[in-house]
Amino acid sequence: MVKLPSQREETLGGYIVHGIPFPISTDEESLEFLKRMAPIQIEQEYKIKYLHSYGQDSPWFAALTNKRLLASRDPESGYTTANPRGHDMFSGAETKWIDITNAPAHVHAFTVCYFGSEEFLPECPFVLALIEFEGVNTLLLTRLMGVDPAAPALDWIGMEVRPRFLRNSKLKPTDVYFVPSE
Amino acid sequence: MRPVYAISGGVSKFAKARPDKTFQAIIKEAYDYAIDDIGLDFPTFTRIVNGSVASYFSDHFTRQLMAGIMAQDYLGLCPKPGHRVEGGGATGGLCFQEAWKSVASGHMDVCVAYGFETMSHVETWKGNEFIALASDISFDYPVGGFYSGYYAMMVTRHMKEFGTTVEQMAHVSVKNHINAYHNPYSQKRNRYTIADVRNAPMVAWPLTRLDICVMSDGAAATILVSEEGLKKLEAAGAKIPRPLVKVTGIGRGTDMMRMADRPHVDYDNFMENYATEQEKSSDDTKVYYKKLWDHGTRYPGVHSFRAGRSAGNMAWKHAGINDPLHELDFIELHDAYTSSEIQTYEDLGLCRYGEGGPFAESGKTFLPNIDYGLKLKDKPVCAVNPSGGLIACGHPVGATGLMQGVFAIWQIQGTIKKHFNDDQLQVKNAKRGAIHSHAGTGTYVSVSVLEREG
Repeated sequence: MVKLPSQREETLGGYIVHGIPFPISTDEESLEFLKRMAPIQIEQEYKIKYLHSYGQDSPWFAALTNKRLLASRDPESGYTTANPRGHDMFSGAETKWIDITNAPAHVHAFTVCYFGSEEFLPECPFVLALIEFEGVNTLLLTRLMGVDPAAPALDWIGMEVRPRFLRNSKLKPTDVYFVPSE
Repeated sequence: MRPVYAISGGVSKFAKARPDKTFQAIIKEAYDYAIDDIGLDFPTFTRIVNGSVASYFSDHFTRQLMAGIMAQDYLGLCPKPGHRVEGGGATGGLCFQEAWKSVASGHMDVCVAYGFETMSHVETWKGNEFIALASDISFDYPVGGFYSGYYAMMVTRHMKEFGTTVEQMAHVSVKNHINAYHNPYSQKRNRYTIADVRNAPMVAWPLTRLDICVMSDGAAATILVSEEGLKKLEAAGAKIPRPLVKVTGIGRGTDMMRMADRPHVDYDNFMENYATEQEKSSDDTKVYYKKLWDHGTRYPGVHSFRAGRSAGNMAWKHAGINDPLHELDFIELHDAYTSSEIQTYEDLGLCRYGEGGPFAESGKTFLPNIDYGLKLKDKPVCAVNPSGGLIACGHPVGATGLMQGVFAIWQIQGTIKKHFNDDQLQVKNAKRGAIHSHAGTGTYVSVSVLEREG
């Protein structure tokens, strides 16, 4: 007969629970006193890796790796969105891809982020911009480089810009960013 | 649909962190207050209430799925019906409307809407990340996901197109912070000046830390009833103040997740599908808008909230309101940013599109009996955020829209002094008010109208 373990193995780490004050006695008065106890807070970690699919939008990212910027166009109406969209929102029809790499582009709106989400804190300050393209009905959110984040000015709106592409693609929308034309 | 009355509410103290209690116990603070305020004890109310709607935004903050049922359990509401509502920043407002639906449809006679958020469980920058996950994770979040950044982009465009200034935005911050000075439930109770707002640390140009609401822990609850529900509660000993507060208008709207994708509609489309009734009936306004469009302005662009306009128009129509500025005594408006309060003035029809900046500093949305230390051109007309709004009260997301509902009930009941121990924020003879709840970059928006019966 195998002897089964009757005691859990003690390991290093965890919390030193004997350091937390607790009444010696558990009489009614002492238990009532526990209502005044400070809360116990512990750390919990949560890490997970997702396998995210770009699905029907994948060609847009493939284009970035080849230094091209695509947009989606309704074949009938010609309504064009800078962000890829598999189906047009007005007709419901499947869109076709068009190349807007060389379309004239301007800054529509922008900001400089001096603070941000945890993932982007090391990159602060950075400039976010919405770009408008000739012949395209909607905008594109991107990073704007080549402007001074310490001296933002409303004059940046309307500035002519052009796309640049990362040499080493990360397969993210930041594979493309914009810089002033000149 | 049956008439629906909002008879009571409760709010926990909003705070940066509430480690002293779990989220269920924080909700119970608000819930117990709402029950106690109508003079009932817990078991009696539990016996009569038909069910609930739970409101909380993010499972990430609690690291707990199905938190709603844990609250339902703690409040002793099992096995009665209940469900969770989620719609970003508008979660609380949507929850209020779901409770309204439950009662108006005849499904329930007494429905409690409760909500919470405990945002202190993570660092602020991680909280920003969770919130930014409410933007498209393929195209928007990876570029630098940060909601303050998104709103800052909207307002730079608003400034460029309409000449809106940072000082006009700061008027909103001063107003809401000073109002909250008299609100004991508020997280921030400070008197600021325009200079304080502009000299605060820059977060996302041109928005400073005092242009932006804070993350909070907190909860709120409201009780909605039908006429039958009212009779049942009163038969059990409830003391419900007269005149009653009736929910008379419900409106909702939506817009695209990626604000870059929003259409830029032409003048005719705007006038036909988006203009308020008041705008449609004013030749002067039509001429003003035609000029805007001739200069290249389009709607909604990234500087306006089409969902807010849709929600407002729907709620005003339902409540029979033609001129919200003059027919409402107050609005609790979702001011996550000073800039978004200005944008929303325009979309709720308080002023014309593009005129939100001058309107913000006019004085029309201030309270008459409070010294703001500002020179205001006009007399108060319709108080916006008499409670202090999100900027000062805090924004525990799932609780926020319900907090607005509670403050609206108290304003219309005329019981602000009883609940705040201070009547500075009581809007005199408040008969009708609106609560406005807003998500994302304007993706879900709800507007509800509450008014004194009779």
